[in-house]
Amino acid sequence: MTRILSKRRLSEEVYRVEVEAPLVARERRAGQFVIVQADDDFAERIPLTIADADPERGAITLVFQTVGASTHALAAKEVGDPITLLGPLGNPTHIERFGKAVCVGGGIGLAPLHPIVKALKEAGNEVVVIAGARTAELLIMQEELKSIADELIVATDDGSAGRKALVTEPLKEICASDRPPDIVVAIGPPIMMKFCAEATRPFGVKTLVSLNTIMIDGTGMCGGCRVSVGGETKFVCVDGPEFDGHLVDWDGMMSRLRSYRKQEEEAHHRCHLDLAAALASETSAAERLAKGAL
Amino acid sequence: MSGASKEGLERQAREALGRIAAIRSEGRELSPRDRLALPVQDMPCQVPQARAANMLEVAEGYSEAQAKVEAERCLDCKNAPCVSGCPVRVDIPGFIKKIREGDYVGATRAIKRTNLLPSICGRVCPQESQCQANCTVGKSLKSIDAAVQIGRLERWVADNERACGACDLPDVGNSSGKRVAVVGSGPAGLTTAIDLRREGHEVVVYEAFQKTGGVMVYGIPEFRLPKSLVAIESNLLAEMGVLYQLNFLVGRTRKLRSLLAEDGFDAVFIGAGAGLPKFMEMPGENLVGVFSANEYLTRSNLMKAYDRDRAATPIYPSRRVAVLGGGNVAMDSARMALRLGAEEVRVLYRRTREEMPARSEEVGHAMEEGIIFDFLTSPTRVIGDKDGRAEALEILSYALGEPDASGRRSPVAIKGSERVVPFDTVIVAIGNESNPLLSRTTPDLKVDKRGHILVDGAQKTSIDRVYAGGDIVLGAATVILAMGEGRRAAAAINELLG
Repeated sequence: MTRILSKRRLSEEVYRVEVEAPLVARERRAGQFVIVQADDDFAERIPLTIADADPERGAITLVFQTVGASTHALAAKEVGDPITLLGPLGNPTHIERFGKAVCVGGGIGLAPLHPIVKALKEAGNEVVVIAGARTAELLIMQEELKSIADELIVATDDGSAGRKALVTEPLKEICASDRPPDIVVAIGPPIMMKFCAEATRPFGVKTLVSLNTIMIDGTGMCGGCRVSVGGETKFVCVDGPEFDGHLVDWDGMMSRLRSYRKQEEEAHHRCHLDLAAALASETSAAERLAKGAL
Repeated sequence: MSGASKEGLERQAREALGRIAAIRSEGRELSPRDRLALPVQDMPCQVPQARAANMLEVAEGYSEAQAKVEAERCLDCKNAPCVSGCPVRVDIPGFIKKIREGDYVGATRAIKRTNLLPSICGRVCPQESQCQANCTVGKSLKSIDAAVQIGRLERWVADNERACGACDLPDVGNSSGKRVAVVGSGPAGLTTAIDLRREGHEVVVYEAFQKTGGVMVYGIPEFRLPKSLVAIESNLLAEMGVLYQLNFLVGRTRKLRSLLAEDGFDAVFIGAGAGLPKFMEMPGENLVGVFSANEYLTRSNLMKAYDRDRAATPIYPSRRVAVLGGGNVAMDSARMALRLGAEEVRVLYRRTREEMPARSEEVGHAMEEGIIFDFLTSPTRVIGDKDGRAEALEILSYALGEPDASGRRSPVAIKGSERVVPFDTVIVAIGNESNPLLSRTTPDLKVDKRGHILVDGAQKTSIDRVYAGGDIVLGAATVILAMGEGRRAAAAINELLG
């Protein structure tokens, strides 16, 4: 059992928490993830990639988006509250001096991208970061990334920050330039990673992606995270989470991610109703107080 | 499985007790012939219709009268062939004699000298192929089913002790100043931990999950082994001073080497358990709706997905379920799917009932509950709909050919027998490969070509002071075999540290 050390709401559905986990903070490497649970009895096990670690303070940083009942339960935790955490899991990113690295992060994927950017830079690479989101409000980790990367290119769907473009546009441009990347790392929604892989394929640039599939144990036991890579079935938890994006069966992976969509939508809806009810009762309490004060 | 009611079984037991009392009132002891004439005590069970719709334990356990009668059936053989069939060498005639004498505390103590987890073993050990297979009574009556029901008696002794609220703790020796790390809190790990703690060593058990018990909590369903029992039996260890470190994956949270080199442990026992689930390697196996038995059972057991109001982990809404395989895990998956509301559950097995590795009692229970068995069939591919969800299996029929090297008659596909049968859920229960995590993160830990850790006769691995046992060594085995290995490893470690 571990505790939440700090918590920040980055946007309507995105939270950044710091969690006390001294061993994980010491052992983890870029690209690894943890599994968290809001409680031991009925909560779901959620895989989250580590966004940052501070071995001195024994803390790791996690960024997550509220999607279903379990991420809502996690978001409801306050500083000092206990949570269950297992990690670090998965294989670390293979880091070496590639030369020029382009790291593409979409939305919440910018969080797990951060330690990889850091490690690539420390290994002596020139690192270009392409940060994408639907809108300016959803761009996260901008300060951290700006301070490390040699260049930070921002792209939003609505043009509210940086270029009005999909991340694949600047990616293609760099690939077509006279100094194409030696390696591309893309982390974000599956559809973004799929199209990043499609964008680099004609240029033959090796493209690593980090998959966040459905998982139970995260240690190789359940096989729920399996995905077809180059025609072979791989387990994301023990064989991944990073794979060659050109070999991943994206459509298969995305349909597996949708396995419980109906249940998730119901839970999400329920949570919003609960929230609305809570807000309504708070409002009426405030109104009553105001009336009393009058 | 006689189908007799609980009341009927109780009446029969009381009549038998009356006959026993009558013999003793004549001033003589029961002769072997008298004992052989006593009726085998059947296990009272929830009626199939009711239990197929609930998670409660199927087998309800003996009454005291039944336990007494069953205990009188034991011939107390001098050479105790039953004991040699037990991987942990429980003093079987000894504890049965104590039941006979009405000394139930004595019975518990006799068992716990070698087995601290009797309510678990009494429920899930395959006694029919171990202790009871060697029983003289069964042999004399020429039926394995007529053997003294040792497992049921063991369970009764343990349940009775718990009901009385008097739990004896084994003695813990004076502190030895030595520390041992145990990796995994399944049957192998717990058994090892107990035997090490008895000698006064400090023992830390590392468990990756949020609960102790390993396969006994994530794999074996509630209706066969209530999780509260596993919790009580693993709490006994905590009372003995064993320390649990949950949510800790040795190999990742900490390297195996670091435990010895930096964390001050004098020895390590690896009981990490079964690993990666095997799949059929047929087309369509990654479609939505296809699960490994590990995933299906972990969702339902550890994550309590059956408790729909409270559990956050979803379970797939299944109507027509195909379970592939013929072992105990296949039976557990099929019966779980039924309890979770599936309309039809079919077990597809390539051979016939005779060759099924599952315990015959479990197969019987599954059949009573309405699970349908399609013997001599196996799928060739999963067919999906436009959204990537499984909607059917293509199935092939088989015939049994000549016996193979293992003596089993191997199934041969019948050409042209392909047919498509609708299923929305497919559960693959054909065993596990070994988990590569510890061997990948511990380069000098030697494994065989299937990834199982190599050990010597004393369970020692290729690394000094590191021992291993259970499924990570054996492949898929049973709770009791894992316990046997744990016991042997603990003896070797105790000697090493002695």
